[in-house]
Amino acid sequence: MTSGYEPWDEARGAEIIAEHSGLEGATLVILHALQEAFGYVPEPAIPMVAQALSLSRAEVHGVFTFYHDFRKQPAGRHVLKLCRAEACQAAGGDALAARAEAKLGISLGNTTADDRVTLEPIYCLGLCATAPSAMLDGRVVGRLDETRIDALVAEAQR
Amino acid sequence: MSMRIFIPRDAGAVAVGADDVALAFEQTAAKRGVAIEIVRTGSRGLYWLEPMVELATPQGRIAFGPVTTAEVPALLDAMAGNGQHALRLGVTDEIPWLKRQTRLTFARCGVIDPRSVDDYRAHGGYRGLERALTLTSDQILADVTTSGLRGRGGAGFPTGIKWKTVAQTSADRKYIVCNADEGDSGTFADRMIMEGDPLVVIEGMTIAGITVGATKGYIYIRSEYPHAVEAMNAAIVAARRAGLLGKRIGGSVHEFDLEVRVGAGAYVCGEETSLLESLEGRRGIVRAKPPLPAHKGLFGRPTVINNVLSFAAIPFILDNGAKAYSDFGMGRSRGTMPIQLAGNIKYGGLFETAFGITLGELIDDIGGGTFTGRPVRAVQVGGPLGAYFPRALFDTPFDYEAFAARDGLIGHAGVVVFDDSVDMAKQARFAMEFCAVESCGKCTPCRIGSTRGVETINKIINGERVAQNLAVVEDLCNTMKFGSLCALGGFTPYPVMSALKHFREDFGPAPARLQAAE
Repeated sequence: MTSGYEPWDEARGAEIIAEHSGLEGATLVILHALQEAFGYVPEPAIPMVAQALSLSRAEVHGVFTFYHDFRKQPAGRHVLKLCRAEACQAAGGDALAARAEAKLGISLGNTTADDRVTLEPIYCLGLCATAPSAMLDGRVVGRLDETRIDALVAEAQR
Repeated sequence: MSMRIFIPRDAGAVAVGADDVALAFEQTAAKRGVAIEIVRTGSRGLYWLEPMVELATPQGRIAFGPVTTAEVPALLDAMAGNGQHALRLGVTDEIPWLKRQTRLTFARCGVIDPRSVDDYRAHGGYRGLERALTLTSDQILADVTTSGLRGRGGAGFPTGIKWKTVAQTSADRKYIVCNADEGDSGTFADRMIMEGDPLVVIEGMTIAGITVGATKGYIYIRSEYPHAVEAMNAAIVAARRAGLLGKRIGGSVHEFDLEVRVGAGAYVCGEETSLLESLEGRRGIVRAKPPLPAHKGLFGRPTVINNVLSFAAIPFILDNGAKAYSDFGMGRSRGTMPIQLAGNIKYGGLFETAFGITLGELIDDIGGGTFTGRPVRAVQVGGPLGAYFPRALFDTPFDYEAFAARDGLIGHAGVVVFDDSVDMAKQARFAMEFCAVESCGKCTPCRIGSTRGVETINKIINGERVAQNLAVVEDLCNTMKFGSLCALGGFTPYPVMSALKHFREDFGPAPARLQAAE
């Protein structure tokens, strides 16, 4: 939930970076830690990471943009991830994803206008024997059907 | 005496309510003043029965499932009384689906408390390491080599040879890296073992460390697996506390420690060189080989990089001997494979068995056909880069070479079942789309070929010059297969070409078969 995140603060950012910069290959660890604290990776943090690790800004920016996980801006208050990989497709995931999109009035990869819900595709939660599956703010849900997806969407909209 | 009740903490079980069930047991027992002890285990892998709850009895554990919170009060009555209940499945080990398996790697998964070193030891854990500590590096290498173990990540490269190369390469530092970036749809064995028996992975990596002379290991776990990250971290702390990680392991002269690193949603990082780049803090761009990671791997140092299941197979081999492992299997595929049955399947879950079982046995006999009850039309084996098999090829035995001979691969042994409502042109397009999104961009066949593939398959679906465009797709697939740097671009042709070959009737404007079914 975005409300649980701290607002961007340079001193706090520097503290997080310093905490991990001694690790071998620390870039991803730091980006994860920043996102965990602020809900996204604030742009001013990129040059700070670069400086701490003796890298160029371009290198850190390149890492930041390569990975699907890192956000440029905060997500909605709730993040609903629907597994769109083959096992969930085989178990009726396509229709459920379309249903969630229709209910929320947005397509996968977007956030509702009121900033309540971000709907995202995810490629495999490893819950392939209880497919189709989803994750709402870190909570996993399997064996989705129309009733369950409706309940999840309603919960996310609250 | 308090009742011991086992409830999985496995993400697959939690996804269908295991946490709620555990809470209901706690609350109901407290209200009634009944003494119970809840042990949160991994999953046994019988997912259609999850949440499956077990009770310790003098006759062995008795299973009940699938349990809902509403049934907990009545279940508690049954457990305290004569044990009769509609959800009673009998003695867990006697459930036929479980009894038919050969659980070497997964012997403890779902049985023990994954965070307890004592429990792990009580079930045979750390005997492999104890024996390894009495052997020379060469003796361990001989065991691993003669066991016939091949890399369980998908490539099937002999583990013993990989380890030997690292052992023989001198350097100031060496690394052990565990590839837990299990991104293939239909696979969840790595997740299950990390959540249900993480110490077996730690033990396997520790044995690798002392064998090749590495003192540091990394476990790279994908971010989509938060439960596995938590379980692995907890087990590392427990192992350190027990003196089984860190300096002087188990009182020996050896030093070895582990750290978990979390991925960030890039499928290509399951490819070993891309994973190494990511661990070093860079974009997950594939490296050209040579040099092999065994010579120049993580931070340019000799590195053993293996899949979770490869490391998890090691303790059994060291404890019971190479022969005990290689006695299972067929041809050059020795030992057991934890096969994952997934998708539209009635009895989905983890089925560990010796190589050689046929696809048909797995789908029809063990898996019980589709969940929807419709006929099975296609099964994809080996994840998004694996081929689609029609029923006509169900006699294919689970074996690296047998699958290769039929233009497929077993990969990480995930089997995804589709019923007759599947549109195979759509599945072929998805394979190309997935490759286009996940391509690291380093090599042209993968980066450009996949996008051209999506466009061309779309034309076929729209009925534009179907024959000519099919020829273009085949040509693209050949270029990708032989011209890509890694398996992402190189193997994407497997699902595409197999769909084309076995399900040609789906390629063209509005498949007649699906129209008839409407």
